Amino acid sequence: MPLKILVTSKRVEDPEALILVKADGSGIETQGLSYRINPFDEIAVEEALRLKEEHGGEVVVASIGAADCVSEIRVALAMGADRGIRVDHEGPLDPGMVAAILQKLVEGEQPDLVILGKQSVDDDQNQVGQILAQRMGWARATFASKEESLESTAEKTRQCGLRLAADGTSIRVVREVDGGLETLELSLPAVITTDLRLNIPRITSVPGIMKARKKPVREIQVEELGIELQPAVIVRKLHSPSKRGGGLRVKTVQELWDKVHGEAGVL
Amino acid sequence: MPNILVVAEHFNGQLRKASRSALGAAGALAARTGGQVSGLVVGYRVGGVAEDLAAHGIPVAVVDLPALTHYLSESYAPVVAAAARAAGATWVVGAATAQGKDLLPCVAALMGGVCATDAIAFTGEGQEVLVRRPMWAGNVLADVELRGEIKVVSIRATEFAAAEKAGLPGSVKALPVAVDESAIRTRFIAFAGSGGDRPDLTEARVVISGGRGTNGDFSEIEALADLLNAAIGSSRAAVDAGWAAGDLQVGQTGKVVAPEVYIAAGISGAQQHLAGMKGAKVIIAINTDPEAPIFQVADYGVVGDLFEVLPALRSLVAASQKQGT
Ligand SMILES: Cc1cc2nc3c(=O)[nH]c(=O)nc-3n(C[C@H](O)[C@H](O)[C@H](O)COP(=O)(O)OP(=O)(O)OC[C@H]3O[C@@H](n4cnc5c(N)ncnc54)[C@H](O)[C@@H]3O)c2cc1C
Repeated sequence: MPLKILVTSKRVEDPEALILVKADGSGIETQGLSYRINPFDEIAVEEALRLKEEHGGEVVVASIGAADCVSEIRVALAMGADRGIRVDHEGPLDPGMVAAILQKLVEGEQPDLVILGKQSVDDDQNQVGQILAQRMGWARATFASKEESLESTAEKTRQCGLRLAADGTSIRVVREVDGGLETLELSLPAVITTDLRLNIPRITSVPGIMKARKKPVREIQVEELGIELQPAVIVRKLHSPSKRGGGLRVKTVQELWDKVHGEAGVL
Repeated sequence: MPNILVVAEHFNGQLRKASRSALGAAGALAARTGGQVSGLVVGYRVGGVAEDLAAHGIPVAVVDLPALTHYLSESYAPVVAAAARAAGATWVVGAATAQGKDLLPCVAALMGGVCATDAIAFTGEGQEVLVRRPMWAGNVLADVELRGEIKVVSIRATEFAAAEKAGLPGSVKALPVAVDESAIRTRFIAFAGSGGDRPDLTEARVVISGGRGTNGDFSEIEALADLLNAAIGSSRAAVDAGWAAGDLQVGQTGKVVAPEVYIAAGISGAQQHLAGMKGAKVIIAINTDPEAPIFQVADYGVVGDLFEVLPALRSLVAASQKQGT
């Protein structure tokens, strides 16, 4: 049963970077920042590719943003995705707007599965997959993971964490939830969001990058989708969190004990 | 009136502590917006949970159906939306647990509302209430306006005091809502608890976390945790390696904890990890590398091998417990 899978590839600030708020709180300092594909989306792309390798099909990668986010689409294409869609958009986006745009793409492409990162590491909202699934009325599972660890043979041999049923009409998802792992079975079509333990994404190869240059990336204007978008989550002001004190060193465990037990009285 | 509906969560038949914080948050919100706070319990055989919630002095609606035995956003979201309408709620509040994060955006989508994740505070008054929430792994705090008739918020339980029980309990009323099981396309198959009888990571007074520096050996962490009745946490590196269960990951994309004491053993202190434990009252760091960033946030840093420091600390704890000091 070949699968058509739509995945997302958001452009985000490098998660290693230290993000600083502008003095007037109107935004973040972008100077010197580097960008990359949202790590959770990278896991989504990897899982889609494994499913395609096992079952056949097509992986379509979508990103919403200005011209520069085509580089994150190219990363997914270099990993092995077949084609890209960039929805041109400047300015702030909130999860509801992203889900509304993706809904239009889903209605057009009619994939069997949509796989997205559970959150993007910039706004940390963790909402888009949920809203999309609800709007589509599709089966859904957030926080997809797997039972085997990332150092297991299952991962080393790059097995799919998402298990398609033999008849191809449903898929099993192991989810990371509070207190353990939950398994759900979703009738296709379905929306799945990825957690960190689903897989280790492949590293792009030079031939992969060369091939990606020739793969098609369609550009769409939001107006062409026939929707009007209004942000509903409006960022009014950004602040820097208060810095935590600390930095005290103790030389011996006895000194540690005297401080935490004797002085602070906490242990 | 902008009423507020608190969606409670339960585990093993018990109201979760995080939901009492959500109730606390709803109270803080009501002080700014006016309006009545009421509660909602959804599930099967959850009468006891509803009573427990109502004991906090709020009216509680309960939807108790076999079809709701296992939580699924597909079946729960329409129930929550119906309850919010019945309560005349313009705000829906729940805890930012795995379930809350899964459910609440669906509720917002269903009601044509807007959702914010991980609220840590509210500011402003009336129509002008803003939600403060972290972005970029907590490097930035944003004050956001939610523009929409229905506003749905998941709150970070560590940032709001849990509501106290009231002298007079509120009412518990069954809400007549039907669930069309034939329309549900997601099926519950199994739950495998990560188990153990340690205190819940997000609720424990003391948390001891191990990282890559443990090299997979959590025995010293467990031994100290046994003695202190502490919960065990972990960095992403240790979870990825399979040394600790996934739901023990502390950080930006894992659990957020604010215990009285957090002991980080063999954890470097990446910002994604700090995002989950900076709120601890006292942080103790044990690391062989004097340059490790964890020391910048630690109240007490010990440069040393965790396999020497933890046993030494354990004997001091044991000796003190024996003396009863
Ligand atoms: C999208 C994304 C999300 C993430 N989310 C999270 C998250 O939620 N939580 C999280 O924790 N991380 C998260 N990370 C990962 C994070 O960036 C770090 O990689 C991770 O926290 C490192 O774990 P660690 O400190 O155990 O390992 P390392 O950084 O390798 O540190 C190990 C430390 O152990 C010390 N050490 C070694 N041996 C000993 C010894 N015998 N005794 C004492 N000390 C010793 C070393 O000096 C070192 O400082 C995320 C990353 C990304 C990209």
